[in-house]
Amino acid sequence: MPTSDSAFITALNLVLGLDPALLAIVTLSLQVSLLAVLIATLIGLPLGAALALWRFPGRGLLIVVLNALMGLPPVVAGLAVYLLLSRAGPLGQFGLLFTPGAMVIAQVLLILPIIAALTRQQVEELHGEYAEQLTSLGLTRLRRIPTLLWDARLGLITVVLAGFGRASAEVGAVMIVGGNIDGVTRVMTTAIVLETSKGNLALALGLGLVLLVLVTLINGAAHLLGEMARRRLG
Amino acid sequence: MTTLNQPLTQAIPSLILEEVSFRHRGQPLLAPVTLRLDGCHRTLVMGPNGAGKSLLMRLAHGLLAPSQGRLHWEGETPRQAMVFQRPVLLRRSALANLTHALAVKGTPRRLRKALAREALERFGLAALEARPARVLSGGEQQRLALARAWLLEPRVLFLDEPTSALDPAAIQAVEAAVDEFHRHGTRIVMSSHDLHQARRLADDVLFLCGGRLLEHTPAERFFTAPTSTEGRAFIRGDLVVSPPPP
Amino acid sequence: MNKIAATLAGIGLLGLSSPLLAQEEAPYITLASTTSTENSGLFDAILPQFTEAAGIEVRVVAVGTGQAFELARRGDADALLVHDTSGEERFVAEGYGSERADVMYNDFVLIGPSADPADVAEADSVTDALTRIAEAEAPFASRGDDSGTHRAEQRLWEAAEITPAAPWYRELGSGMGPTLNTAAGMDAYVMSDRATWVAFANPQDLTLLFEGDERLFNQYGSVVIDAERHPHLKHELAAQWHAWLLSDEGQQAIADFSVDGQQLFFPNAD
Repeated sequence: MPTSDSAFITALNLVLGLDPALLAIVTLSLQVSLLAVLIATLIGLPLGAALALWRFPGRGLLIVVLNALMGLPPVVAGLAVYLLLSRAGPLGQFGLLFTPGAMVIAQVLLILPIIAALTRQQVEELHGEYAEQLTSLGLTRLRRIPTLLWDARLGLITVVLAGFGRASAEVGAVMIVGGNIDGVTRVMTTAIVLETSKGNLALALGLGLVLLVLVTLINGAAHLLGEMARRRLG
Repeated sequence: MTTLNQPLTQAIPSLILEEVSFRHRGQPLLAPVTLRLDGCHRTLVMGPNGAGKSLLMRLAHGLLAPSQGRLHWEGETPRQAMVFQRPVLLRRSALANLTHALAVKGTPRRLRKALAREALERFGLAALEARPARVLSGGEQQRLALARAWLLEPRVLFLDEPTSALDPAAIQAVEAAVDEFHRHGTRIVMSSHDLHQARRLADDVLFLCGGRLLEHTPAERFFTAPTSTEGRAFIRGDLVVSPPPP
Repeated sequence: MNKIAATLAGIGLLGLSSPLLAQEEAPYITLASTTSTENSGLFDAILPQFTEAAGIEVRVVAVGTGQAFELARRGDADALLVHDTSGEERFVAEGYGSERADVMYNDFVLIGPSADPADVAEADSVTDALTRIAEAEAPFASRGDDSGTHRAEQRLWEAAEITPAAPWYRELGSGMGPTLNTAAGMDAYVMSDRATWVAFANPQDLTLLFEGDERLFNQYGSVVIDAERHPHLKHELAAQWHAWLLSDEGQQAIADFSVDGQQLFFPNAD
């Protein structure tokens, strides 16, 4: 391993030197993944809660499918979104392929099942405890969604973080629908793949370390937020 | 909200049960009950453990639907609230628990905090408004549940063994709260297996044993001359074991 | 509640500001090309010159040749620059492209462990070299991804009248770089385009063992996508790119590109 010790130095130089190309890549990575998490959260939380509260034919099947989709390989999600957004595909006329928007869509598809499925499980558990009281207070099922989501918030922070973890770590989907275009759709993970394929293992590892630090910082911030809420509300 | 601090004078609709029974997975848990609750009374639902007290309360409050028979209110269904043996409080501050109930009730946002604080004050919880409801003591939690019920302005208040897990001081506070509701014109339907508590509170008694309603009599008569053998044994303080449900 | 709302709003703003919405910049075309050109650094060298001359940005999607053809066939790329002459001609014949032209060439080289157990360095032709590898049953790492390089490698085995087989013949299904990484890890022989090899930074014990046979010639071609089949594409901009590649200016830019003082691509437009 002639390159291993220089990996840290390379990474350090890139970070401390605030290399503009690296900054652009880091910024885009965060923008794409955070926006994907935001969208998936806005859809996934109410969807998961509704799935926990409503009984309808096919509900069991839907839950099984959702749970299975948590393991959807990113490259398959990417391929599906590629076929949708390709000029020859049904949404081709919007010209989204090879743009950050396409990457956001692919990541939403990837993490929505995680957020919805885990929310469903947490809300259902909480509702088991609350159901009689909420019925007594006269809450309709629709009105229960915000009540339960808010009361499950400590657990849901972890759910959203799980989604963010998957979004920021995956490479298969953004590679296909983004195209890893320099300065346009290159993000941390695709840059790591590229540098690895060039044999620049030190640089690739350095980028990996930068990614790890960023993800750790965001997780730490969320953890603090959760701890604050926990201390405040017991 | 004008009625909150004055006794409610309008008549409370009567609750009528006709041959109401309940079974769960084919198992009969409550034999057909015919019953009428009216006036602004304090009705104590008594009986040994497993007699079906909680079940009857849940049917009456509408949390469960009867398997057979008919349960209805004479006239408009009144506002109701229920306080459970173990209070179910939201994972929020004491104050937020109350404002949530007001929001559900449809109280305008600008009025909620003032009303909630007033209720906290009334039940001796004013100092605890910012505390997470879940870290309050058992007695405080039950008082908070009562304060929440208070804000719903119920005409009928159901209480399911509200003091069974509390120490004497807390029991006293709950009983005082029940009196407060009653003085303001709320019908009380409360289950208990504590004879002394029943003697302190009851206007009339529903006595259940083994999933059957055995007596519905004014309190005095129940405590002096119960008609059923199980009732007599219960009053004597014998160990009454509920026979298996019908 | 307010804190959460503020956090969400913050994330939203971070997400919405800048590149996501700022798509309406300078005119650009999307070029489907191969990893070998991208990895060698050729594009980093020549694209700024074209952009300066024509005012057109070129966004490169570097994939395997098979995927590059597929992107172009579906109308997802404005231009195509690959190295599979017969594939390019078929692409034009099928009506997806309207024109193809030679742009440049580099060559393939045989790489292997410096110990050279199959004595490939002694070979007098590429078919001889492959025969030696097969006879020694020495590990050989193949791209196995239907790329231009993979197709060229398969043609060479055919010419040597050898049907390579496992366990010594290992199809990796990867790009050139990953294949070199893997070959380095298992001391295998491997065929690479010279550009990727010269720019490759993780050779470990691998070394260049055989080069120079005419059969190892690797021609790159630029294809103009058919305007009637995909009218939405930026054909005018793409035509400027195609013309620039073939112009004296473009050809000179290619010739000027070098890594470690070594010229990697040789312009040969007509």
